[in-house]
Amino acid sequence: MTMAAIQTDVTVHEMPQTPHPIIEVDGISKLYGDVQALKDINLQFETGHLTSLLGPSGCGKTTLLKIIAGLLQPTEGEVRVKGQAIDGPGRERAFVFQDFALMPWASVLDNAAFGLKMQGLGKAERRERARHYVAEVGLSGFEDSFPHQLSGGMRQRVGLARALAVDADVLLMDEPFSAVDEQTRRKFQEDLMHLREVEKKTFLFVTHSIEEAVYVSDRIVLLSPRPGRLSDIIEPDIPRNVDPDRLRRDSGYLDTVEMIWSSIRKYVE
Amino acid sequence: MTLFGRQIPMMSSLIIWALIWEILGQFDLVLLFPPFSEVVMALGDVLTSSSFAEAIRVTLLAYVSGLGLAIVVGIPLGFLMGLVPVADKMLNMWVNTFLAAPLSALVPIFMILFGLGTPTVIVTVFMFAVWIIVLDTRAGVQHITPSLLEMSRSFGAGRGERFRMIFLAALPEILAGIRLGMVRGVKGVVIGQLLVSIIGVGALFTLYQQNFLMAHFWALILLLFALALTLSGLVGKLEKRIDYYAGNRSS
Amino acid sequence: MSITSPAVSAPIWGVSGVLTRFTQMPLTWKILSVVLFALAWEITARTGFNFSFPTFTQTTGAFWEMLTDGSLAGAYLRTLQPLSIGLALSLIIGISAGVAMGLRHEFEWFSLPVFIVMQAAPMAALIPLVTFVYGIGMTSKVIAVVMLALPVIAMNSYKAVRNVSPSLVAMCQSFTGTRWQCITQIILPASSPMMFAGLRLGVAEGFSGIVLAELLITPTGIGDLITYHRSIANFGHMYASIVSIVLFAIISVGILQWAETKIFRPEKRGV
Repeated sequence: MTMAAIQTDVTVHEMPQTPHPIIEVDGISKLYGDVQALKDINLQFETGHLTSLLGPSGCGKTTLLKIIAGLLQPTEGEVRVKGQAIDGPGRERAFVFQDFALMPWASVLDNAAFGLKMQGLGKAERRERARHYVAEVGLSGFEDSFPHQLSGGMRQRVGLARALAVDADVLLMDEPFSAVDEQTRRKFQEDLMHLREVEKKTFLFVTHSIEEAVYVSDRIVLLSPRPGRLSDIIEPDIPRNVDPDRLRRDSGYLDTVEMIWSSIRKYVE
Repeated sequence: MTLFGRQIPMMSSLIIWALIWEILGQFDLVLLFPPFSEVVMALGDVLTSSSFAEAIRVTLLAYVSGLGLAIVVGIPLGFLMGLVPVADKMLNMWVNTFLAAPLSALVPIFMILFGLGTPTVIVTVFMFAVWIIVLDTRAGVQHITPSLLEMSRSFGAGRGERFRMIFLAALPEILAGIRLGMVRGVKGVVIGQLLVSIIGVGALFTLYQQNFLMAHFWALILLLFALALTLSGLVGKLEKRIDYYAGNRSS
Repeated sequence: MSITSPAVSAPIWGVSGVLTRFTQMPLTWKILSVVLFALAWEITARTGFNFSFPTFTQTTGAFWEMLTDGSLAGAYLRTLQPLSIGLALSLIIGISAGVAMGLRHEFEWFSLPVFIVMQAAPMAALIPLVTFVYGIGMTSKVIAVVMLALPVIAMNSYKAVRNVSPSLVAMCQSFTGTRWQCITQIILPASSPMMFAGLRLGVAEGFSGIVLAELLITPTGIGDLITYHRSIANFGHMYASIVSIVLFAIISVGILQWAETKIFRPEKRGV
């Protein structure tokens, strides 16, 4: 397990270096009126990595994710995707919402095809592509169901299929499993790990669960609250090719969880 | 909304509407509107007239009695429906019927049964206000968290204590019902008096209409509107003070 | 990813099962309730407490008579004209105004106060004034309907647009939807259930408006039936007319409510 001081690191590891990180967050600050939600955030995200933004409530992790998504404008600083400064949402980024954000009046298939529809794809083509991803997230047979007929976990799978269908380079996930029960959540995390292998995408993952962050991430960005600032960057050093149940008992895993908890517990009281 | 970075108060656009009104009136563009300034002038006239004082007295009397009756009848009825399933099944249909019905059509019946006077107006106010109070009280009683009742029973609360608890737990809904009933009641008192037409503001309207006093007519309407808005504003404030514990029950 | 545990959890089915049983039961209760009401009416009238209070049987008899001699149909034909014109106008103006207020802050600032005042104030007081200016014809009656139906339709459309889940709108933006796409694909469909509920309330208000107009302005249509039979002390017929318009309003609103649950069923279950 390595710990790196603020803003120095990011590249000390034996991971292969890409000359340009896919996302660069450069001096982002965000003010809501007089409240400083984020203060001078500098971060880089490498292609193909899964990074978690972790912190207690009020640390601005969702705000940061939404700024990267282009849904919020930063007060200062800029976000660059593939070297280009962004001024709004773009096709190279897809968002997975905490509350699923499914259209209750549309079927699973139409929900999954929504992003493609916005891109102007024809009905037949977008349905075909959506069908593929609905199957990939394990919802074959539910294409014509409506969201209200699905459990919370299945609804989030639809949200995931929608994000995958637009074939973005980056998946931005805002506490995607927080509204899902514990058992489903574990299964989800395992599926997410599997998805990473298959899809070769870059993941940004907001969570307030330390265990979840340590379990799924290549890198954990720890934020501290009021004002939201970068507090630590942690790269969990845990075996990736063992089965999930063994991993959850791995001492490296448990130590990392403990270490993060001791560093953020002072904000919780 | 904001302009040049400054917050403009919500209701300030009404000033612009008053200006538009004045212009429409000055140039006789829409027959309905005499110049706003004339209406404001007439306001003083109307307010100081003895017939206005009498009209307001009669109106308030009918309104308060009708509303009081609606509250006294409505809350127990709502309780009955909320607690006794058979009563609920028998009455629910009628409550919903009267809630959606054009109640003004019933006023001619009241006029025959209760005469051309204040009793008819009281009954009209009652009919306009009572059903929403019943329905909201019923909803409040039915939506009490079951764990609250189980708690009171497990701690050995007596019948009276349990009843008190139900009442307090349902209070936010009851008050919401009373507020809506008050707003409906204002409509009831106006409609009742318009149809009876020989008492209260109804008589004044008839008087102004017969003497072609447009500005006076509008002045009276503005006064009525102001009264209605103040009333619902006041109850809204009262309701907010209750909200602090209603908020605890996050739906 | 693999398929997870089977879909729909048990409680959802459990609730809908109870619901279907409940929707089947009330009909018996409703009939029983109506029968008791009719009995109470009949007995009260037979005690003769008021000469102008006809019995239930007298009223139904009168109703049948007016139905067969065509006077009821004729009256409704006349009443429905200003009502439907007024409702159509309220619908067009109300929904456009409401949506505009929901989408644009300038519109909201400018128009919302007027609609708030119109909804809270006793608009019926304006009916004599309208008659005063526009006479006793069709125009006045249409305006009377619009005055009562418009505010609630506009306010509901406004609230419906305002209540659209912000995360659905953010979703549309994040998938690179244009403003126009977000309005037509997300905001309008998401707000339609509440808008429709506003329409239902508007229709109920419109009925109030037309009845008031026909009683206050000049007796035509159903208002004429009520006034005429009252003037010749034909109370059975008068009651029958009143009951018929009340029933007509309730049934119209009921049909709209039924359509509402049919069209917007998935949302009703809530997601």
